[in-house]
Amino acid sequence: MTEKDLPALSIADLQSLLRRREVSAREVIDALRERIQAVDVEIGAYLSLDIDAAIKEAEEANIDLPLGGVPLAIKDIINVMGQPCTCASKILRGYRAPYNATVVQRLRAAGAIPFGKTNLDEFAMGSSTENSALKLTRNPWDLSRVPGGSSGGSAAAVAADAAFGALGSDTGGSIRQPAALSGVVGFKPTYGRVSRFGLVAFASSLDQIGPLTKTVRDSALIMNAIAGHDPQDSTSLNEPVPDYVAKLGNDLRGVRLGVPKEYMIEGIDPQVKAAIDAAVKQMNSLGAEIVDVSLPHTDYAVAVYYILATAEASANLARFDGVRYGYRAENPEDMLDLYGRTREQGFGPEVKRRIILGTYVLSSGYYDAYYLRAQKVRELIRQDFAEAFEKVDALISPTSPVPAFKLGERTGDPLQMYLADIFTIAANLAGICGISVPCGFAEVDGRRLPIGLQLLGKPLDEARILQVAHAYEQSTDWHKARPSIASPK
Amino acid sequence: MAGAADLDVAYVARLARINLSEEEANAFQKQLGDVLNYVEKLRQADVSRVEAAAHALPIFNVFREDAARDWFTAEQALGNAPRKANGLFIVPKVVE
Repeated sequence: MTEKDLPALSIADLQSLLRRREVSAREVIDALRERIQAVDVEIGAYLSLDIDAAIKEAEEANIDLPLGGVPLAIKDIINVMGQPCTCASKILRGYRAPYNATVVQRLRAAGAIPFGKTNLDEFAMGSSTENSALKLTRNPWDLSRVPGGSSGGSAAAVAADAAFGALGSDTGGSIRQPAALSGVVGFKPTYGRVSRFGLVAFASSLDQIGPLTKTVRDSALIMNAIAGHDPQDSTSLNEPVPDYVAKLGNDLRGVRLGVPKEYMIEGIDPQVKAAIDAAVKQMNSLGAEIVDVSLPHTDYAVAVYYILATAEASANLARFDGVRYGYRAENPEDMLDLYGRTREQGFGPEVKRRIILGTYVLSSGYYDAYYLRAQKVRELIRQDFAEAFEKVDALISPTSPVPAFKLGERTGDPLQMYLADIFTIAANLAGICGISVPCGFAEVDGRRLPIGLQLLGKPLDEARILQVAHAYEQSTDWHKARPSIASPK
Repeated sequence: MAGAADLDVAYVARLARINLSEEEANAFQKQLGDVLNYVEKLRQADVSRVEAAAHALPIFNVFREDAARDWFTAEQALGNAPRKANGLFIVPKVVE
């Protein structure tokens, strides 16, 4: 193993080398820096790097901690003290985080080194990372295609071996969908399992932080560090956290997996469908029982989401007003002029669209028709899952109906972009946990594009979902495939 | 449910404190009209037997101890301010 090969390692394999003292944390940072310099000009995954601080942390790293000496990338919507936190928006240009998010504090306590911030759709609003006001991120498997979004920078960095692992946030699929499109593992915990303190809020009742990694085991390692109650987040659940790594196994005997019939819709790419069918067979051969289930209110999920998420966003983003931090329009005449022009110049089009839609659905005369009704349908969707989970331990579906689409293909039609999240959104509405794992490739225009399999689990049943995903992953070679840009040159 | 026809983007943008160019307002009017037409499907759902869910998992009355703790100094809190003076955020005059 030469230093050049280090960035291709999983976190677990990197740790073995570190603990055997075959490499130092300093050498790991150096190798990662070289790798980022070599590939990120083309990929565009990172918005900022703090390598000098990382080197200092690496030199003092305690390798024996659970994530000792492991550098991790952080989606640039999570506060890391002293580093920028742009949310990929012009309105936060120049902002430096004056505190650490709870997840960052916990990663540091576990020995990890948060060294860089990754690109995203502005304020996590999007499914392709094309809504970033600061940078274009490309899919490492095909540079003419999107990496997915909104955690597209985190997914692309991991896929291109430019990060050992990363944190993302998932409001309607923003961890799972980019993981699927970029060919990595993406895990969304149960709502409340991981503290949101220090995550810039988009839709507070839906947002959840989670890992993007090369393997399921690596996601379990990160979950061990970040999960658990936090008094600084009033929605954080005060429940014991199991050892997710210890519960990983290769056997699926006794596990009941449900295939929701409503998810096998028209419009699924035939190669995606074939890959999911093959994965279901594979899990069956590992001992899992496959059961047909129904989630009757599935067709309402996207509509419910775009009412509730925009409503919450319109309130959350009111804080960006040019007064306390970030961008301020020049020479304001009065307060209204300051607010109006700061927000006009600071926000990109998708953020404006969503704030306006959210303001509308909450406005006098429309609240009952839109917001209240959507909350009730949300409850129906939650009940669908509760009933399905009486029969099965987990649900299987595609993560995305299609593989990575072309840059620019969907930007002109917001509604089409919203429908990219059709399989992921319901999990956020119901507050349950879910994961995307690589399950094959589609051949498109002579290119191999990754396909993701989604597993959804009961609230707080993360250990089971990780175990099932791990057993499946270990029985395949999909997670070992790397894009050509990722192989050492 | 109110239809897409009721949406006046220019008016709602003023409520949201976002200035919009006429071009942007026209584009949003069309795009958000499409979204509102799409969400019309929620009318078909039978919601007569459910309560509205504000959160997926029910947790109530979450309090933490009302105790002093280390937090930002005034200087740190003002560290990102676009304009500040004398430990205060500076904004245009609000009251005559």
